[in-house]
Amino acid sequence: MKHALKPSQYAVLVAIMLTASVGDSLLSRGMGQVGQVDMHHLGLLWRALFNPFVDAGIVLLIGFFACYTAALSWADLTFVMPATAFGYVVIALLGRFWLHEQLSPSRWAGIALIVCAVGFVAGGPSRTEHPELDQMDAGVGR
Amino acid sequence: MMLSAQILRVWGSISFVSALAVAGEVLIAGGMQQLGDLDDIRASKGMLGTVMAVIGNGKFFTGALCMALNFFAMLFALSIAELSLAAPAIASLTYIGNAFAAKWFLREKVDQRRWLATAFVAVGVALIAR
Repeated sequence: MKHALKPSQYAVLVAIMLTASVGDSLLSRGMGQVGQVDMHHLGLLWRALFNPFVDAGIVLLIGFFACYTAALSWADLTFVMPATAFGYVVIALLGRFWLHEQLSPSRWAGIALIVCAVGFVAGGPSRTEHPELDQMDAGVGR
Repeated sequence: MMLSAQILRVWGSISFVSALAVAGEVLIAGGMQQLGDLDDIRASKGMLGTVMAVIGNGKFFTGALCMALNFFAMLFALSIAELSLAAPAIASLTYIGNAFAAKWFLREKVDQRRWLATAFVAVGVALIAR
């Protein structure tokens, strides 16, 4: 398994953690302003596109998908997974310290577990080597 | 009898949504594994060439399709199951399913450390999202 990540690759993992959670929060806030969309009010979806929170949320979620795809090109899925889960921690902490919501003990326990999971994986190698794939890459490069 | 049919419907829809998410994520990861480091591709083909290489990859395309289907299946599942059950259950099952699928289909070396991380994430997400 390969281990060392470049600083830019750590930055991509941090971007994965932040973009998904902040993007979801912005979408949620924007859609709260737009109102409830159902089969009789589909026109609201068009109006949602002109809401700045919805637009910012969409941009961040596109950024998340780009970062996630890039990360999977140099790291294992089981290495990247805890980083995506860390988004739940960011949302919970934003709720606690920005919106001053109360977090129940079970939520704090959930945060602690995900932080531990990120620690377990971050200390290990990022990628499983597949010698036959590396040989194919070398063949393509010739 | 009615109750067990309802439970079966709820958990059937939760399992279906999770399976679509796992299929989507594993196919996208498989496609990226096939392509290799996108930074290297960008260095040789530029940004547009990289985007075309990613979109043109069959596994990536099928995976993205599964993720789109997953979105609509999620809406259907939420019409059957309560959000407080469906959201954490789908998230946890997806993380566990991803670990098994990564080991079997992507041949990732999922060592003790990663199994432990998967279990912690599955329980942690269930605790936060409920």
